[in-house]
Amino acid sequence: MFQDILVTGLVNGGVYALLAIGFSLIFGVARIVNIAHTAFYMLAAYCFYMLLVKTGLGFLLAGLISVGAVTLLSVICYRLVIEPVREHEAAVLIATIALALIFQELMLYTFGGHFLGIPSTLEGAVRFLGVSIPYQRLLILVVAGAMLVLVWFVLYRTRLGLAIRATANDLEVANLMGMNVHRVAMATVAISVSLAAVAGVVVAPVFVVDPFMWLAPLVTMLAIVVLGGLGSLKGSLIGALIIGYVEAITVFAVPAGAYLKGAVALLIMVIVLLARPEGLFGIAFEEER
Amino acid sequence: MYWLRRAWAELRNEVFVLPSRTLVLLWVAALVMLPFVYDDAYVLRILTMTCIFAIFAASWDLLAGYTGQVNFGHALFFGAGAYTSGLLSLKLGLSPWLTVWAGAAVALLFGFLVGYLCLRLRGSYLSLATLAFPLIALGLLFAFPDFSGGELGISGLRRLALTPTGNYYVAAISMLAIVFALWLLADSKFGIVLHAIRDDEVAARASGINTPRYKMAVFAIAAAAAGFAGALLAHYLRVAGPSTLEVALSFQVVIWGIFGGVATVYGPVAAVFLLYPLTEWLGSFPGVGELRLLIFAVIVLLVLLFMPRGLTPWVRDKIETQCPRCKQRNGAWKKICRLCGAALQTQVSRAQRLVGHQ
Repeated sequence: MFQDILVTGLVNGGVYALLAIGFSLIFGVARIVNIAHTAFYMLAAYCFYMLLVKTGLGFLLAGLISVGAVTLLSVICYRLVIEPVREHEAAVLIATIALALIFQELMLYTFGGHFLGIPSTLEGAVRFLGVSIPYQRLLILVVAGAMLVLVWFVLYRTRLGLAIRATANDLEVANLMGMNVHRVAMATVAISVSLAAVAGVVVAPVFVVDPFMWLAPLVTMLAIVVLGGLGSLKGSLIGALIIGYVEAITVFAVPAGAYLKGAVALLIMVIVLLARPEGLFGIAFEEER
Repeated sequence: MYWLRRAWAELRNEVFVLPSRTLVLLWVAALVMLPFVYDDAYVLRILTMTCIFAIFAASWDLLAGYTGQVNFGHALFFGAGAYTSGLLSLKLGLSPWLTVWAGAAVALLFGFLVGYLCLRLRGSYLSLATLAFPLIALGLLFAFPDFSGGELGISGLRRLALTPTGNYYVAAISMLAIVFALWLLADSKFGIVLHAIRDDEVAARASGINTPRYKMAVFAIAAAAAGFAGALLAHYLRVAGPSTLEVALSFQVVIWGIFGGVATVYGPVAAVFLLYPLTEWLGSFPGVGELRLLIFAVIVLLVLLFMPRGLTPWVRDKIETQCPRCKQRNGAWKKICRLCGAALQTQVSRAQRLVGHQ
């Protein structure tokens, strides 16, 4: 059981980290609380399903096309729906909720509400420390790790990353220094949604695909982001691992744990917030006047 | 006879001068008179639900719009009221007329609790943290199914009144009472303090306002109103189920509130009265039924693109103008202010604008 907890926590933590870092990035740079973030993850899973099962493309090709398509869609949505109302924070918020609902209903109408199964990308399992890990879960872990390294590289070793970090730090000054903050925001949207899309593609064979699959990870993702500190990438990563392990421990060690796993994870978040309102790695800044 | 003439004068001078007040009067009259004119059971059912959700949306607005504590977990209070009232009336056999108040009281306690836990949080942290509370409650309900009824909830509750018309009046009159009470509260000195907390909490505290106490109070008041609405809904539908705690309901109230226009109280109420019957009406078409949530979301999105501040502020700016001198509102057709006589310049010509810039 101990090994089960170890492996499940790590795999779930990896998926959550992909989602949470994207959400955190977009909040930090553009101050958008993107409720539709996990809806893009759901869309990517559906897109992958359609390309793989209906048209019979290869795994790699189907995955790449779905990530690309969802990222393109997110940029279009951002230009059409979010950007015109950017200065009204409340309007942005319900615009993202409405987008998520639209995606959910479109998928519900097109594919129906039943669960769709996707065949595993990789068959077989490896035995490690006496617990058998399917290759698919290993793949999730590897992809999550690779994406995290890639994001780190983009953010800390490229000019675009520098611009993104500068905009997150201070939007007005970044604008005065000659950065096109609108384009930076758009690039951030693309990066963050592509992370969510990758997560959607790799978990699709493990989890079931249905139009409501975005709600549960949404709540967990929000808990992680708040736990780690809004806008802090390190906090999102560590928060994701904490929540991943807490959920794994609850499911495996507590009776009726499957019902309680969300509640326990959220309780941890509330407790951390009570002790440290800005989250584990957030910066307590004076409120803007 | 004197009182009649006095009332007529009041009406003419205070209500009919402003189109928005006339609209509110017409709306109240229509709500009260409707069962006499048209007592179709289906229409009454939809309007009863609309009234209940209007209480819920107005209570969210007091918390989120006025005080700036944008609550993403308002369904917690709704569900607390529904479950408390349902359990008390079913397990103890109390009359629903009593348990509805008990539901509101328990929701008030939950409001204190959430308010206390969230005192140190602000902005997006508060929104995202409050999202957690109804889900924690939902997890607990599912973990103890013999107490809460699990997925099915508690069913077989008694109704408050026996006839559809009676139920409609219970909902409509409580809605009018609560909404007008919240409106008065928001307009009072208390409401001004809430505005101050939203705009600048540090400055409010520096002016000697005990902001934590006000925040707790407003959480408790909003929670009690929402709990009352939840209890009414539970007794109307005769079931208190997990759907009263879902994320969807919390998001729904956020959509209503922002769609109608925050910090107005009447905005969210207007939004509920437009959107809820609209979705029900769309759902009654056979082919459109499955698409109604989609149509709902598209409408919300489109309306927001054109009126980002919400529906009612946009409408109000169209039908009324503000006097530049005394800040009183006037009908859009007026040339001079009805109170101070200052000229109202609704249409500034291009030449005047150019002169103004020199």
